[in-house]
Amino acid sequence: MPGADAARLAEILESRRADISAAWLDAVITELRGRTTRSEAEREQGEILDALVGGLRHGGLRLTDPAFDGLRGLLADLSATRARLGFTPRETAVGVFALKEGLYTLAADEQGTGLVELMSLVRLVDDLGLFTFESFAAAREAIIAEQAEQLLELSTPVVKLWEGVVAVPLVGTLDSARTQVVMEKLLQTLVDTGSEHAIIDITGVPAVDTQVAQHLLKTVVAARLMGAECTISGIRPQIAQTIVALGIEFGDISTKATLADALVAALRANGTAKSAIG
Amino acid sequence: MDAVPILKLGSTLLVSIQVDLQDQTALQLQEDLAERITQTGARGVLIDISGLEIVDSFIGRMLSSIAGISRVLDATTVVVGMRPAVAITMVELGLQLDGVKTALDVEKGLRMLRPADTTSPEALLLGLDADRA
Amino acid sequence: MTAVEPDAAQRLAIATDGDVVRVRQAVRALAQGARLSLVDQTKLVTAASELARNTLIYGGGGEAVLSELTNGRRTGVRVEFRDDGPGIGDLDQAMTDGWTSGNGLGLGLSGARRLVEQFEIDTAPGAGTRVTIASWSR
Repeated sequence: MPGADAARLAEILESRRADISAAWLDAVITELRGRTTRSEAEREQGEILDALVGGLRHGGLRLTDPAFDGLRGLLADLSATRARLGFTPRETAVGVFALKEGLYTLAADEQGTGLVELMSLVRLVDDLGLFTFESFAAAREAIIAEQAEQLLELSTPVVKLWEGVVAVPLVGTLDSARTQVVMEKLLQTLVDTGSEHAIIDITGVPAVDTQVAQHLLKTVVAARLMGAECTISGIRPQIAQTIVALGIEFGDISTKATLADALVAALRANGTAKSAIG
Repeated sequence: MDAVPILKLGSTLLVSIQVDLQDQTALQLQEDLAERITQTGARGVLIDISGLEIVDSFIGRMLSSIAGISRVLDATTVVVGMRPAVAITMVELGLQLDGVKTALDVEKGLRMLRPADTTSPEALLLGLDADRA
Repeated sequence: MTAVEPDAAQRLAIATDGDVVRVRQAVRALAQGARLSLVDQTKLVTAASELARNTLIYGGGGEAVLSELTNGRRTGVRVEFRDDGPGIGDLDQAMTDGWTSGNGLGLGLSGARRLVEQFEIDTAPGAGTRVTIASWSR
């Protein structure tokens, strides 16, 4: 940017700080009524202005400059906090973009703030706004990922039904990610409990697509590699039709109508194994 | 590279793979086992792979070969202790352990091998000690 | 996978059986550092083992270049296998399950591809082979 001198910008902001802050604060309070208190907004704005002026004094002109490391950190923290508190994207962005209201007071004054300086500052505020928005989106994504993971953990309990028999009752829609988590958890439980029988009950599953069916089959094959047998129980009529229609080969994988049938079969197999040993 | 030790427990040969195997060491183990089965007349081979962090196609083929060789020499092979992550990976890789029996741990593996001893025709008809070797 | 710049690279020669083991161990260490799940670590290491062996047997030796990756929240590991061997003429055939030019099971390339998130291969007869794989934390 030709002509825009960082030190000069810092000087302008510093000398007109009171006016800028007042206009900025008013704009934010109008927009965020009830969301934040005046004193809190004032404190946040004070911190942002300090960091902005500090960065300019160190020669920064674009937000990506190293001089603005502190400011970027501050904005990132602020956006993350707002995302957690449930602020809307607009409410978050407005807190920064409203700084322009403060800058417009400069245009109306007679102390000769040049157009070039004003444009540089406005452009910098645009950068701040975009950065805030990006940080907000990233924070929201992180929250969603976290919740999805927690949900995944909660929704896949592996229970011990009997000595040597564990079961996982699946409820709700199965997607690839969830099926994979179930698979890993079930196999680990086999090792941890020394169980040679696993039952995957899909009574509560409304639909099965090719991918999910493949994951279930892979689980059964993996369990076999480890030395355990897997039974799939609770296949609803519609799902049975889908499986056949999709041409999914269940091969020699044992299926049972209900969880109870599967348990009886597992116990019987256990019994045979025991009597064979004598 | 050191060879993998083979232990003899009754009529069973016991191998516990504890280190990341070089291909050469794996081939050596295959040869050693064939040798020991004939030498000892073992009826069972138990391979504990709970120490293995991966089973790739080479190790998978070694396990299948060992099972095939022992079958020809009239012994049963059981592979025990495969980790869940290893099993999942093998399935994804498309690797099957043809002709290999599996069990969760050493104890269950030994249990699978034992009936073969006591019900062998020799033992039943002649009352010979199955652990003769 | 070109959009992400590697943080640091580590080069390992592949000239012997023992080198294949060393590549496996180095990939495992990186995958742990990049916080890959245990299953994803195992898949990546297994793929690396298959490819390192390919480099040794079919490529006549070469090297593996390991690097850590970052992309926002996610971290990952990339491994590139290079050799100056005869290269692969019919890539489609080589990528088919069960096809092998040696005495393997024919799961090397096609199997390795299923075990990782990203897979690229660059080869031509007489021009060597370059296979790049990468996996990411969840």
